[in-house]
Amino acid sequence: MAYLVDIFLISISAALINNFVLYYFVGICPFIGVSRQVDMALGMGSAVTFVMTIAVFICWTITTLVLQPGAPVSVWIASFFVSPEAAAVIDLTILTYIVYIFAIASAVQFVEMYVRKFYPPLYKSFGVFLPLITTNCAILFACLTVMSHIIGVENPGEVWDLGRALALGIFGGVGFTIAIVIMAGIREELDLCDIPAPFQGAAITLIVGGILAMAFMGFTGVDSGLRAVLTGGP
Amino acid sequence: MQVLPTPTERFIQGILPENPVYRQLLGLCPTLAVTGGLKPALTMAAAVGFVLLCANIITSLIRNLLKPHLRIVVFTLTIATFVTIVDRFLAAYLYQMSKALGPYIPLIIVNCIIICRCEVCASRQSVPAAAADALGQSLGFGLALAGIAAVRELLGTGMLAGYPVLPESWPDWVIMVLPPGAFLTFGLLLALVNWISADKQQGEGGGS
Repeated sequence: MAYLVDIFLISISAALINNFVLYYFVGICPFIGVSRQVDMALGMGSAVTFVMTIAVFICWTITTLVLQPGAPVSVWIASFFVSPEAAAVIDLTILTYIVYIFAIASAVQFVEMYVRKFYPPLYKSFGVFLPLITTNCAILFACLTVMSHIIGVENPGEVWDLGRALALGIFGGVGFTIAIVIMAGIREELDLCDIPAPFQGAAITLIVGGILAMAFMGFTGVDSGLRAVLTGGP
Repeated sequence: MQVLPTPTERFIQGILPENPVYRQLLGLCPTLAVTGGLKPALTMAAAVGFVLLCANIITSLIRNLLKPHLRIVVFTLTIATFVTIVDRFLAAYLYQMSKALGPYIPLIIVNCIIICRCEVCASRQSVPAAAADALGQSLGFGLALAGIAAVRELLGTGMLAGYPVLPESWPDWVIMVLPPGAFLTFGLLLALVNWISADKQQGEGGGS
């Protein structure tokens, strides 16, 4: 039960309270660039959600098995090829960034090839966005968040398992989709407005984003309140 | 083949005519996320500057070996290496700052400015031009970040880089240091830059 509550709160927090775009400012480039039409925004959002889930899965697996201090695979390799003394102190944390970016880039490549081959209609709807996603900060940010809950956590009970990591990946993507679709809806209306020349384009989009962020600030504190209600204690 | 700009031109272009933030709208994540105060903004600008300079020089040195379909991967891995160096350096010498910047230091890896400069300039030109380009772009980036951060910190807390500037009676506009303030400040400053440059062009009879 406590586990389900945890998953639920991580999901709500990733999707609404600490929305990736409007609270952490990651994935701003597509937020400004691709949010002109609702259907394009929806395509981009679903592509990001899809890739984010896969990337979080890969990064969680690599971090837990190979990269964290005392990870099973690296300890086994070190004790087999080097010496047990080397295995006791092995710590590959310094490689995380390089490994993550490589994992994300190759995951995106494979997903693109797979979708193009086996699901042509799906490729038509969001395939064009896939290459762009490699350099989308939101994906790397999700992986880094997962990493920060695995490496350097003192209490072993607080280390995230795969379920929590996936909840963050999926609902982080859902939060991104919500933000970018709302934005696209507003921008479709903005096209009909008479905007002063200096504000046209990105400037008005940013200001609208600011007002949206203010609206999303209304969710602040919802998670602690929900936790109190669900677990029946303060 | 088009004529590529000289090192000096590259340097000057980065500061205003091709300012990464205001003109190309690149690297917006750090622009919005770390500009709550002047100090984190300048640290971020310095970190991006270092990574950009190193990545540009390395890319320029290996530009003849790059295969077209692999170049983006090579760029990202080069950048990731230098970002790791910066991250470890900050964690060792500026621990508080490294905590405050949190995930935004590793996010430099996917900062579009650096990949864009590697692609546009460093993979085509020699080392001096690439280095000058990196210096100009990071100077432009630093100025843009400092501008936004100064406005936000001054209005949000009445201080600049931690020193009180406005009188005690200043009612802190807390919203400015919160996420919405970042969007609003940057949107308004962007409009201001657009307005000034449009004005200038009209003054010059259409401009270039």
